[in-house]
Amino acid sequence: MQRFASLLDNLAFTQSRNRKLALLADYFVSTLDPDRGWTLAALTDGLPFSLPLRRILPELLSSTVDPELYRLSRDYVGDTAETVSLLWPEQANKAAEQPTLSAVVAGFETAAKDHIPQLLSNTLDRLDISGRFALLKLLGGAPRVGVSARLAKTALAQAFNQDIGQIEEVWHSVDPPYLDLFAWLNGTGARPDPGGRPVFRPMMLAHPIEDSDWLQLDPSDLAAEWKWDGIRVQIAAIAGDMRLFSRTGDDISRAFPEIASAFIGRHCVLDGELLIVRDGQIAPFNDLQQRLNRKTVSSRQLRDFPAHIRLYDLLFEGGEDLREFPFQERRKRLEAWHAKTPPPLTDISEQVTFADFDALSQIWSGTRAGGIEGLMLKRKSSPYIAGRPKGHWWKWKRAPLTLDCVLMYAQRGSGKRSSYYSDYTFGVWIDNSSTAVEISEAQLVPVGKAYSGFTDEELLKLDRFVRNNTTDRFGPVRAVEPKLVLEVAFDAVQLSSRHKSGVAMRFPRIARIRWDKPANEADTLATVRTLL
Amino acid sequence: MQTSSRSPPFAKPHPAGRWLYPRPEGLFCEAGGFYIDPSKPVDKAVITHGHADHARRGHGAVLATPETIAVMKIRYGENCAGAFQPIHYGETVSLNGLSIGFVPAGHILGSAQIIVEHAGTRVVISGDYKRAADPTCEPFELVPCDVFVTEATFALPVFRHEPADKEACRLIKAIRQQPDRTHLLGVYGLGKCQRMIALLRRSGFDQTIHLHGALVQLTEFYQHSGFDMGSLRTIETGGTDRRQDYAGELVMCPPSAIADRWSRRFPDPATAFSSGWMRIRGRARQRGVELPLIVSDHADWPELITTIEETGAEEVWVTHGREDALVHQLGLMGISARALALVGFDDEGD
Repeated sequence: MQRFASLLDNLAFTQSRNRKLALLADYFVSTLDPDRGWTLAALTDGLPFSLPLRRILPELLSSTVDPELYRLSRDYVGDTAETVSLLWPEQANKAAEQPTLSAVVAGFETAAKDHIPQLLSNTLDRLDISGRFALLKLLGGAPRVGVSARLAKTALAQAFNQDIGQIEEVWHSVDPPYLDLFAWLNGTGARPDPGGRPVFRPMMLAHPIEDSDWLQLDPSDLAAEWKWDGIRVQIAAIAGDMRLFSRTGDDISRAFPEIASAFIGRHCVLDGELLIVRDGQIAPFNDLQQRLNRKTVSSRQLRDFPAHIRLYDLLFEGGEDLREFPFQERRKRLEAWHAKTPPPLTDISEQVTFADFDALSQIWSGTRAGGIEGLMLKRKSSPYIAGRPKGHWWKWKRAPLTLDCVLMYAQRGSGKRSSYYSDYTFGVWIDNSSTAVEISEAQLVPVGKAYSGFTDEELLKLDRFVRNNTTDRFGPVRAVEPKLVLEVAFDAVQLSSRHKSGVAMRFPRIARIRWDKPANEADTLATVRTLL
Repeated sequence: MQTSSRSPPFAKPHPAGRWLYPRPEGLFCEAGGFYIDPSKPVDKAVITHGHADHARRGHGAVLATPETIAVMKIRYGENCAGAFQPIHYGETVSLNGLSIGFVPAGHILGSAQIIVEHAGTRVVISGDYKRAADPTCEPFELVPCDVFVTEATFALPVFRHEPADKEACRLIKAIRQQPDRTHLLGVYGLGKCQRMIALLRRSGFDQTIHLHGALVQLTEFYQHSGFDMGSLRTIETGGTDRRQDYAGELVMCPPSAIADRWSRRFPDPATAFSSGWMRIRGRARQRGVELPLIVSDHADWPELITTIEETGAEEVWVTHGREDALVHQLGLMGISARALALVGFDDEGD
């Protein structure tokens, strides 16, 4: 447990990606099985359990720490695991030896449900602050410690001098604590064989198009298609089994059983966009979010938020690997494959034909249709290359919309921003027709919340503004005097029954802080509605 | 700073509140006609210590320890107040029938708690204080009193500082383990800087320590006051130092310089920061700190609670920081407490 805890500490305080990679690589090489495998599982969200710590911990602590002090501490620190690691009473007669990581994992994996609080309490007693923090991050699942699953796999590749693509290809055929994976990497075991299992193939990603790119591009070399506003997915189907993978290789099949049944019995690997489609219309992204991050799905959700796959690419047809073929060729194979026996709940993403870049630009700027985020440009001759290779695919997102909104509420952030007021709820005026009405908060209605788009320096200024202009407090939230205008950029406005204003913004972020602009000159709800 | 409306109501405020109470300028002693650590220029100011949010320029007359007066003059110039009256620890002055005494607060060199006695009541205004040992200042002296006025900078049970010597040793170890990097230690210029130097020396670190220009004057003041700081060197602006000269060296600078262009002159700098805030991981990450050292010149949660208990005060007034939590805790302990709505204090500095 000590090695794992100090790894998490070092990672948390290391900024540089290269130094993080070195720390991880060193850990993977110098730590024994099965501990290193459990660490890898923790960093890639592959642990066999995830405990509801937010519920269990306050109960466990309530006998030693006053609930109000716990609440104030949690609110200040911004992280439950860290708060508890600091508040947990230090045991005077601790054993010199801390439990090993694998012993801890085994204990919790086999514990009866009603025994877990007691086990947790006993284990916390045996650890120091770092150890307690590491334990709680481990048990809570997905320990956000500044390391993505991808970075952990990259470090693994670096540690054993292996190609990251190779690791990603075998990734879904191995399970924690990954003894066979480490054996292969060490050169003491065979490459894990996916056998009949569907596995993830690292995806090909696009670069945002830059002004300078256009000069080097010839329209006749490129194919254009819509960039749909869903999530990129990969479908891998083989021998009566299938998996739906997110862009980062996370298995999200269980949340989408209807897609799973649509592909059962097929043998292929496809690239596409996951969308919610109702009566042929793409539903707002918000609807898709109702289906994401779920382990199970209710029949009601299946009915209200029907999933759909819009296909972009064909990577494998049967056992044949098409990734070396040019895009144009794969596209033809995709169309033919789909025409033969189209799986239910799928269609092919339409290609956009254009004569030259001027014509394409007009299409791009003229499109505000629902579900479209912009255009994708793909070189017709490009093979399917894992990662984000330069000079093959470009994304051309449509320009964001902006509105001038008034800051209404601020909430403390978590993680890197803990204890700063960094989450901002902003609103617009309900009506500006009334003449010389005294401006009050009552006339503002919230339209969104943003926590990005500003620099660290601006964060300090915003935090100070919030503290100096607080009018009310609700737990971690402060209401502020409605006098600061935020220019908010966003991708779209959608109707929403969950907000008082009846509208919701998609991807809002702070474009500029208008310290100069009087609040009464901010936009109105009527203006927002024209953007629907 | 807003104060919480959640403070437990109390039936009878302490009578001292009639002659000692907050005003927009700061805590005002009506009976003596003076303010304590006022945030705006006033006729008569009594100053607990030299930190900028407590000691400001422009007062008519200042009563403070000789060290605090010296710091004010270094920072603001000889004429930063109309008149200065030095008072040593243990001394008392009388004013309009009340007495004002100064005793050590253990916060920084010259920091004092102010004892005001009037109408049979003793009030101790502790300013900023700590109980942990500090080789660069007199230790905190406990004075039993009726009303204790306390800070609340680290008034949450998550704040428990580490033993300072242990943290100094961690820094020394990190410097020795990475001889190709410069260690950049962020410190506040008055108190923390000199304490860290003294702690490092005490733990056997005898390399020359390089100082950012902003830290030099106050450190020299400590040296003149008799503290041995070992071998120090000032980093000149526009100097001709080469990057590699700083490999394996320790550089101390104000926190703001860490992220500044200034720090780019060093090879692959590793940043350390010594502050009570380093207890919270997020605070260390916000500053890009690789080596957070949990060393503070303020009382941590257990020290606050113990000190308040030991004074035996019937009532506690809480100035700046996390007053919600402290007032709540004292309520649980059956001690009457309230938050003073004082403005102008920096509840982030340490």
